Amino acid sequence: MFEFLTSKFEDLFYRIRNKGKLSKDDLDSSLKEIKLALLEADVNFKVVKEFLENVKQKAIGRNILKSITPFQQIVKIVNEELINMLGVTGSSKISFAPKTATIIMMVGLQGSGKTTAVVKLANLIKNEYKKKVSIIASDIYRPAAVPQLRDMAKKIDVDVFFEENSDPVSISCNGVETFRKSGSDVIIIDTAGRLHIDKIMMDELVNTRKRVKPHQIFLVLDAMTGQDAVNIASQFNLKIEYDGIILTKLDSDARGGAVLSTYYATKKPVRFISTGEKIEDFGIFYPDRMASRILGMGDILTLVEKAEKVIDKRKAEEIEEKIYRSELNFEDFISQLKQVKKIGSIEKVFSMMPIMNKNKIFRNLNLDDSMLDKIEAIINSMTLEERRKPNIIDGSRKRRIASGSGTSTGEVNRLLKQFAKTKQMMKQFKNFGNKPGFPFGKLN
Amino acid sequence: MKKLIKNLNYLWNKFKKNNIQFWDSLEEQLILNDVSASTTKRILGKVKNYVYRESIDDIEIIKDLLKKQIMEILDGKNKAILSTSKTPPSVFLIVGINGVGKTSAIAKMAKLFCDSGEKVLIAAADTYRAAAVEQIKHYTDKLGLELVYHQRFSDPGAVVYDSIKKAITKKFDKVIIDTAGRMQTSHNLMEELKKIKRVVNKNLNRDPDEILVVIDSTTGQNAKFQAETFNNALGLTGIILTKTDGTSKGGIVLTIKNDLGIPIKMITNGEKLDDIHYFDSKKFAETMLS
Repeated sequence: MFEFLTSKFEDLFYRIRNKGKLSKDDLDSSLKEIKLALLEADVNFKVVKEFLENVKQKAIGRNILKSITPFQQIVKIVNEELINMLGVTGSSKISFAPKTATIIMMVGLQGSGKTTAVVKLANLIKNEYKKKVSIIASDIYRPAAVPQLRDMAKKIDVDVFFEENSDPVSISCNGVETFRKSGSDVIIIDTAGRLHIDKIMMDELVNTRKRVKPHQIFLVLDAMTGQDAVNIASQFNLKIEYDGIILTKLDSDARGGAVLSTYYATKKPVRFISTGEKIEDFGIFYPDRMASRILGMGDILTLVEKAEKVIDKRKAEEIEEKIYRSELNFEDFISQLKQVKKIGSIEKVFSMMPIMNKNKIFRNLNLDDSMLDKIEAIINSMTLEERRKPNIIDGSRKRRIASGSGTSTGEVNRLLKQFAKTKQMMKQFKNFGNKPGFPFGKLN
Repeated sequence: MKKLIKNLNYLWNKFKKNNIQFWDSLEEQLILNDVSASTTKRILGKVKNYVYRESIDDIEIIKDLLKKQIMEILDGKNKAILSTSKTPPSVFLIVGINGVGKTSAIAKMAKLFCDSGEKVLIAAADTYRAAAVEQIKHYTDKLGLELVYHQRFSDPGAVVYDSIKKAITKKFDKVIIDTAGRMQTSHNLMEELKKIKRVVNKNLNRDPDEILVVIDSTTGQNAKFQAETFNNALGLTGIILTKTDGTSKGGIVLTIKNDLGIPIKMITNGEKLDDIHYFDSKKFAETMLS
């Protein structure tokens, strides 16, 4: 996500990072570049204007042109302004009603990904907060909306309430009553998609809100929305004041400018983001982490959190110990590989690492999950002995491994070489006196 | 978009004495309508040149120039038409990411053809999404149309194969293929779509008559990337622009046409099944500026 903006910022920063002094022209042309990048990423024009004005004022205020570290200064200012644009921090926790079931209502345009977001949110609350979650299907308009919701909810084992031949307001009321009786902690209402200028449909939402009195209302917004995102978010907010935004379809190539525009326009923060097709590709939104990611500084916090969830800590420590004693072998390597894969695609993991210019590196490396699959296949084709003592692998063994894993001896060679190099590197680290660590070795 | 012309007059009156501000505001207006920064520059550059060269100070002439520029990019003089084949069935392959309104656009297309007395068959080649078949079936039942569908997660290529065979033997005029909507970055989807195209070619000895990508007019600059990816995989013949009844008018299609050369063929503008029209570049340019 945000690769587009990230690479633009990285390119810009790369060019000015070694400048001892920033001239006025440098600053102006940098600002112009930022302007174009933001516009191409669908950040609202008015927001861009204000953003640039703020950056400029701060740059002048802090005397950046005279600074001996202009690069650090400008990154700092842009970072601050990005966080401002993305919204306040600390609003990221979900609040639950103390005594009664918490009712959450989700609204948005057609095709914004509401139903998927409803199920993903239900899944998140169910798993992370250990609450009993139920869903009300109140979309009586779109053909097959209810079967779609039922199908998805079934996968995460959550009940769905629906009534034939009824209206959305009554369905919502009856659903809430039913689920309250059956002891649900959280009830999420999925509503039909609608246009913000459709008066009748908007009135229906207002009525539902009046009758059901939800504790939280979320606007679901497609991350690919263009300049109109501000308008849509404002109109929905005007008619049915919501508490936060859920940004969907923030997959790798979505530029996500909307996320930088809506807070500015509505002062309603983005609360959750949906980043992929899988049900788990959904999380709480942290403006500061996002700002750092957009600027190419990675998002180590999220990476560590994700790693903590899936990585076997004891095993990680074991491997770390082995690295320390330079005893790392292919068996450890493959178990490490499997753990990394649990966090997500290699691209996702990589995008969270704090490496400058990683977008460029990534493009050149052509790193993808099929490569990991290949490595796994090669190791799987080794005998136990070969995995433990890679140096016994000779020509004929290489040929056998290659044909067993459907690769070539060249590829087997490459892996062996890489592995030897890694081991060598580990040794050097050790000699420096620092305890080494794979990126995911140590988690405490 | 609708506000633009009022704004133009207003801007003109306001900034008459300060041309830079007038052009800046015009730039802002176009960008706010999702026309990309580079396309905006292209449009305004030409108009500006002319205005300065000929010392024009009549806003009506400037408006005409703008309209002309937009139409030139769209290079349509008349209404768009869909290519059809002399030997039926004509096959239309409809692609696009999720949530853009593919299925309802297909239902609307089907109704349009039916209303002109043609026999239409729909192929439900979205075997991926939950309840996708139910959704399209709802429409075909309503319109009294025939639908070819298989089990969920079955091979979309097989659905298309059956559809073409049926269309040939039962003498259908048109086959519309509904496909799975997933993010354009999904490699599998692109392979699936290529296969569908191959199946059509194998059974009719020609490619689909139209391969149309559905673009949601609310989408910003990403729409270009969507069109680009589908175009690289399949070779698109046109765009169906949906949801133009909202407040955004899809200025990004100008950039798609300008940069990729893919024309807009149809446009949908409402919830009713009749809310579909062949694209009219003159009208589009007018709504953009009126």
